[in-house]
Order: sequence, then C-alpha cells, then structure tokens
Amino acid sequence: MVPVPTPETKPFWQGTREGLLRLQRCDACAHVYFPPRPFCPRCAGRAVTWFTASGRGSLYSYVIHHRPAPGFEPPYSIAVVELEEGPRLMTNIVECPQTPEALQLDMPVEVVFRTLTDEIALPLFRPAQTAVEVNP
Amino acid sequence: MKPGSVAIVGAAETTELGTIPNTSQLELHCDAALNALQDAGLTPRDIDGVATAGESPTALAFHLGITPTWVDGTSVGGCSFMLHVRHAAAAISEGLCSTVLITHGESGKSNVGRSPFRMVSPLSQQFEAPYGPVGPPTLFTIPALRYMKTYGIREEQLAMVAVIQREWAAQNPRASYRAPISIEDVLGSRMIAYPFRMLMCCLVTDGGGALILTNAARAKQFPHKPVYILGTGESVETPMVSQMEDFTTSKAFRVSGAKAFAEAGITPRDVDHLMIYDAFAHLPLYGLEDLGFCERGAAASFIWERNTAPGGKLPLNTNGGGLSYMHSGMYGMYALQESVRQLRGTAAAQVPDARVSVAHGVGGMFAASGTVIMSNQEP
Repeated sequence: MVPVPTPETKPFWQGTREGLLRLQRCDACAHVYFPPRPFCPRCAGRAVTWFTASGRGSLYSYVIHHRPAPGFEPPYSIAVVELEEGPRLMTNIVECPQTPEALQLDMPVEVVFRTLTDEIALPLFRPAQTAVEVNP
Repeated sequence: MKPGSVAIVGAAETTELGTIPNTSQLELHCDAALNALQDAGLTPRDIDGVATAGESPTALAFHLGITPTWVDGTSVGGCSFMLHVRHAAAAISEGLCSTVLITHGESGKSNVGRSPFRMVSPLSQQFEAPYGPVGPPTLFTIPALRYMKTYGIREEQLAMVAVIQREWAAQNPRASYRAPISIEDVLGSRMIAYPFRMLMCCLVTDGGGALILTNAARAKQFPHKPVYILGTGESVETPMVSQMEDFTTSKAFRVSGAKAFAEAGITPRDVDHLMIYDAFAHLPLYGLEDLGFCERGAAASFIWERNTAPGGKLPLNTNGGGLSYMHSGMYGMYALQESVRQLRGTAAAQVPDARVSVAHGVGGMFAASGTVIMSNQEP
C-alpha cells in the first residue's frame, strides 16, 4: 500500500523522497513527536518545527509474518523502531535474515529509504552499519 | 450510577454459533435480540433504548420495530458492548430511557450481508499499512515480544494460555473447539506471525448476542435472576498499535479497570469469575496485570500454576474464550454473556457460588477498552 500524504504529513514524505527522516519538535516544550500533526500532543502548542532526525534507533518490538501478503515475500518482519530522538514508528527491518536470531530486541538500527513511486519513498531500517564512536 | 441500580434482565446468544452461511449480519443481531427478549419475557415494544456496533443502531431499531428515546452507536471495536452497558446504565439512571437492548451480530466467517467498506484512518494508511500488516494477527501481536523480553516470558508460557482455555472449552458443548491440546500442540501449530502460532490466535466464526438492561427496582419482575451492574469503566489509547505508550501494559486497560473497580467499591480479591477478551494468547496476561489481579510480569506464572484453570482460584475465560469458544470479530459480547450465565448459575462450566464477575474487553489493537463488574447479589 502506497502512503497517501495529507497536507499535514506532506513535509515528512517530501523528506523521505530526499533521503531525510523528518520529525517535528515543539518550540515551547521541546517535545519530539510522531506521527506528524500541526500542534504538540504534549502541551497543545501550535508552534512546532520540522527537523531532520539522525535516522538511528533501536529495535523495540516486532513480529515475523509467515503468511502471504501483496508486495511482500514471507517471512518478513513488521517492526517498531524507537528513534534516538524518542518517537517510535512502524517499519520493516531489511538487509538481514528475517529470523528471531538475527532480529534481537534493542539492537541498533539505521534508516534506509525504499522508493515506491515518483512521489513516495518509505523509511525502512537495517542493522546499524555505521561504526558508533565510543569514547575510551 | 450508584452500584447495583441497573441490572441485566435479558441475555442470549444467537441460536447457532460457528458457521451460519444462510444468515446475514443484521439478522444475526435480530436473532440474538429476539432470543434475549424472549429470555426477559419482553417484546420489541417494551424497548426504548438501543445500542449496537458493527451495524447502525438506526438499522437495528427499524428492523426490530423499535422507536427509541435513547440511542448509542459507540463503535470502538470488540469492547464496544462493554461501553454500551456503561452508557446504558448511566442513561437508565438519568431517566433517558427505561429498557435498553444491546446487540451484536457478525458474519465474521461466512461474510454474509456485511458492509464491504472497511475504514482505514489516513494515519494508519500512511504509517502502518505500507509495512505489510494483514489484520489483527500481524498488529495486535507486535507488542508481545517486548513484553516477553521485559519479563522473561517463554513461548511455552504463552502456549499455556491456549492450553488452559481449551480445558474450559472441553466442558462447553457450544464451544467451536473442544479436543484437549498440549503445549507441544500449540508450539507445533502453524507459524502465523512469530512468536504467534495458529493455536495462539482466535477463531473466526459467525454469531451474535444481546443484552437487556433496566432499572434494578424492577429487575426481580423478570423470569431470570437479575445480574446487577456494580461498576464500569472505559477508555481509549491509540488507533495505531505502534504508538502505544508502553508495549508491556495497556493504558486503556489500566484506566478502564481502575474506574470500574473504584465505582464498584471492590478490589480484584473480591472477584469470583473473570472474562478477559482473548483475541490472542497475550491478552489475558496484559488484562490480569493491568486490572490488578497480578503484579506486572507475574500473569504468565499465575496461569502456568493453574490459578485460572478449572479448579483454580480465579476461573478465567470459562466459555473457552476467543481462542476456543468463538470469535466473530467483536468478541466482547460473548464475554458479557458468559459472565451473565455464571452469575445466573447456568454456565456450561459453572463456577460454584460465583457472586462477582468481571468482563473486560479490548477494542482494535489495544486501541480501546471497557470493563463491566457484575454481581447476582443486590449491593
């Protein structure tokens, strides 16, 4: 199913087409939230600003679907990722075996974008490949 | 509503349950309604309030020839009927109507006379549907792995929920599946959406049920033992399971349950019989904890130790549940029906001396919740 943007979510989908994962932050209380809306769900403030998220997060929970579905080759994961910035979003974990062994909760993941149409690219996640800098 | 001021005086399911290929959905509502009216010794002319979900209350009232002064079409998924009971109790107490009919009917398996249009919200369409979920087995189940990792719950413990509910179903001639199953059977059944296997997922059947509520003052005039409403609760959390606040507990469950117990003025220790809507095997775990029957993370052991099994101290899902009894899609009505049967003393697997029963429902994928606490004793 190809997402149909609404006026309020358009900046998100413009971002993914450019390879950017964009979220919104409340100007008043600094709360970062998802899915997009033109006000802050914590303090109801209407002054909110789009920004580009790091694209990094961790695997929060998932299922591995074993039944056929249009456009998918079973088994495939349907997952929820917790972003570094706080919000969680549904996604698929790709570029790794779709097995419980390969999909460990809390493992670091990073965003990749899959182009669906000229208008829409979907944010998916893969096991983190970028070396994380750790201070000695 | 003052505890016990409103009572259930009529209750019945459809004449048949399971596969009903020759009956359209609206007629399942009406079959259940006519059975409940007969159970209460009433006719449609005695009804002045209607509530339903899945069909419009307008269609229901027109079809049955009812002219209501109170209507409720609250539709928040399978627990809608718990919310209808709550709203009806308030409406009766307030004098908006005197006798309410609540119906459910669903051609979940045969798909006869069912509206083809299924609403997907624009946000779910954009932010969940593109990732390949195919209905509840792939969405309702997503929080479970987080719950299992947090509390160290094994797949065998999840399987045990289904095993024990089959023990209850074995005693119930109306249950869809009655043959005993083992943990090995559950873990050997077809993988649907890891970690959920076929026998951890609810049935898909046809059926319906209906309830009739009125003021407790007239409840003793009816043919059957009244079931008094002691307390009720309701809440909603999110239409997108991915946006649940915490995957190890349902906020809607906690709010609804706490409200119902506070209103009833009782605690979980006072409960003799419990129904928790079990669309999937993890639901009773969340329900037991979020309603306060178990500490967080302790529900799987509580079930494993047979506390909810036949002969246990807290009989749970005694009709066999959505896993073994029936599940037409909006199962909440059947949980309420079993609570009424237990409190009337007419259940197939009757709990001796059951006085207080709780029916707790879920709507959508942890989206909504409703709780009804009932007793056969006038408070």
